[in-house]
Amino acid sequence: MTDLVTMTAIDKHFPGVHALKRAQFDLRSGEVHALMGENGAGKSTMMKVLSGIYAPDGGTLRVNGAEVKITGPRAAQALGIGIIHQELALMPDLTVAQNIFIGREPRNAWGVLNEAKLNAAASALFAEMRVEMDPTAEVRGLTIARQQMVEIAKALSFQSRILIMDEPTAALNEAETNELFSIIRRLRGDGVGVVYISHKMDEIMRISDRVTVMRDGAYVGTVQSEGTPIETIISMMVGRALDQVHVEIPDLSAAEVALDVRGLTRGRMVRDVSFSLKKGEILGFAGLMGAGRTEVARAIFGADPRESGEIAVHGKPVQIASPRDAVNAGICYLSEDRKHFGLALGLDLRANVGMASLSRFSDSLGRVDDAALGRVAQDYIASLAIRTPSDRQEVRLLSGGNQQKVVIAKWLLRNCDVLIFDEPTRGIDVGAKAEIYRLLQSLAAQGKAIIVISSELPEVLRLSHRIAVMCEGRLTGFLPGGPQTTQEQIMRLATARDALNKGEAA
Amino acid sequence: MTDATQSAAIAKPKAAGAQQKFLAFASLIVLLIFFSLASPNFLQTSNILAILQATSVNGVLAIAATLVIITGGIDLSVGTLMTFTAVIAGVVLTYMGLPLPLGILAAIGAGAGCGFISGSLVARMKIPPFIATLGMMLILKGLSLVISGTKPIYFNDTPSFPLISTGSLIGSVFPAMPVPNGVLILFVLALFIGWILSKTVLGRYCYALGSNEEAVRLSGVNTDAWKIAIYALAGGICGIAGLLIASRLNSAQPALGLGYELDAIAAVVIGGTSLAGGRGSVLGTIIGALIMGVLLNGLRIMSVAQEWQTVVTGLIIIAAVYADMLRRRKAAS
Repeated sequence: MTDLVTMTAIDKHFPGVHALKRAQFDLRSGEVHALMGENGAGKSTMMKVLSGIYAPDGGTLRVNGAEVKITGPRAAQALGIGIIHQELALMPDLTVAQNIFIGREPRNAWGVLNEAKLNAAASALFAEMRVEMDPTAEVRGLTIARQQMVEIAKALSFQSRILIMDEPTAALNEAETNELFSIIRRLRGDGVGVVYISHKMDEIMRISDRVTVMRDGAYVGTVQSEGTPIETIISMMVGRALDQVHVEIPDLSAAEVALDVRGLTRGRMVRDVSFSLKKGEILGFAGLMGAGRTEVARAIFGADPRESGEIAVHGKPVQIASPRDAVNAGICYLSEDRKHFGLALGLDLRANVGMASLSRFSDSLGRVDDAALGRVAQDYIASLAIRTPSDRQEVRLLSGGNQQKVVIAKWLLRNCDVLIFDEPTRGIDVGAKAEIYRLLQSLAAQGKAIIVISSELPEVLRLSHRIAVMCEGRLTGFLPGGPQTTQEQIMRLATARDALNKGEAA
Repeated sequence: MTDATQSAAIAKPKAAGAQQKFLAFASLIVLLIFFSLASPNFLQTSNILAILQATSVNGVLAIAATLVIITGGIDLSVGTLMTFTAVIAGVVLTYMGLPLPLGILAAIGAGAGCGFISGSLVARMKIPPFIATLGMMLILKGLSLVISGTKPIYFNDTPSFPLISTGSLIGSVFPAMPVPNGVLILFVLALFIGWILSKTVLGRYCYALGSNEEAVRLSGVNTDAWKIAIYALAGGICGIAGLLIASRLNSAQPALGLGYELDAIAAVVIGGTSLAGGRGSVLGTIIGALIMGVLLNGLRIMSVAQEWQTVVTGLIIIAAVYADMLRRRKAAS
């Protein structure tokens, strides 16, 4: 094992932020080195320094033993450093091969492209990776997982010996993650050094050899993955030990049914789904990506028209043809994509909280009572413990966890008592996750009925009073919440596809 | 390679693009059939040639606009840039009395130069394309009036000048096909730019910039330089349009030009190029320009008042984009 990268005492300032404080990191050939830390800990900044996107203010950077200054993405590529960004940096309108060789297209002196050579080179790359891929396919039509393969191929096409992956599995399902891991292992076997940034503890444990933890822009420590308990790493990340909490399941036998769904059907993704949800209950929806969980939520919420099915709220049948109907019935849906569907990022916290309830805060002429809105916003800042300088802060400047709380405040103000959360902690760091969990539990304790859709099994187990599992548009079973249910039991139901196809009972 | 699932995966998006062009083409055919039934004069050779001749200027401008729009930008200055280059040609040929080839070079060069400036404003100074080219549009309109002294410049000293547009190279070889040179220039240019877009590095970066500029930049490509080159190329094409219109009118009309940019953008949009960037084709744009030309000509032949022709053009633009949205929505679900 030789040292591929040694970064020492790296300093980086942004206006108002000391992003990296004499941080250090090293990478050897043939290892997967995980870089962990909460959001804002400086992981991505550190890797942007390594890949030439940011110039450091101080510190030294050695690649293959020699001190270097990396002046830009191209210089990093020349040093054999490839980065796969969290937000995939592909051009959806171009083909696979065109994406891989962007900027290095085989061409003649007149700038005329040699498309055949381009496609052949891409085919060769995928053959080397042992991945089936058509180089002439348009990237737009590929799944996220396949797009990631394209990114990896692109990085490898630079003869990269150093591969940086920023949250590569954020949008992948279990099977796709496994495929990615087998590719990573093959690369490791070939002597490539892989920097792996992720929030997912179980993955880190599965794939990495060493773990380096950063906190607040500074280096905390490096440990061997094998033999280090997860709790140790988490406490390194948050600077304190998180206690292992199990969900407490309330006795809901006497509770009123808040939401009853019968025979909900829409296309292939929602097939005859029936369930009911009581006041004060947290129902987890588990399943692989593409199992139809989000589609169920959207059909209930009226965001997509349903083909058949009945919905009753508090025992009364309701006609839901649009999100407006759903909100009037007291159902709200908190999308996983807060920035697109949940928030007006450029507006302040006060405006966002009042967004769905403006009619209550305005008079007959349409004048908004801004002062009253401000008082309500202050109340929610206090009750939900939203960390913000004031209710006039633009929400784009808040952290992911606090943004999520603003969305929750918006719906609470609208008097919603059935709350559907789609991936409530996506993009939220470990410390803030626990806070969101506590918030959901206290909302349930106040009598709200809550559905939580999550792709992270530990999260489903940590939160749910009851777990519904979906596979290919069907509900394949319910499991009780709490420690007696295992991830394996959920996975069995989530992959109950064969039984379904044969028409046998799952 | 010819695995069934793989070919299905690629066939989908490609078919969608083809469908888009087919839709525009089918609309064109429907219009042709409609007008030929409505008026016996419509399908006469002289009228068809008149349509093509009338389309040539808008078509050339639309090709320029297509390049910029594919990069995700917009060029509002194509119309007044056309006028400006016509005035420049007038200055070189009539005021200075220089030979014709120099006038042609000056017009195309001035166009490319202005495009270079627009591109620099967008790429280097990060001014949004809408604003940068809006500014250029007004600057060029003003400059055209200033340089010409607000009067038309005639090309009476250069007798061969009108032949650029109205002469017929094809007709001199095949007397049965008196296709005006303006139309010939439009189609040759369309083939050439179509080739640039599909076969050259410049074309590849056009689509790549419109698709995801940041990704291109992170790949180590000098995105600013390429963007400037694309705007400059578009500007040069506007110079060709300037020569065409000046040659057809045998004069550079400095007050002309405003409004042409909207017709050009309309043709691009009807032809299925996405204003969001990343997709589009010269073929689509040519079909779009022809749809507009056929529509205006047909309505005129049917004696529809000019003000109503404008209304119909507006409706067609909205209908074309709405049809495209419907198709996309269907493809997405």
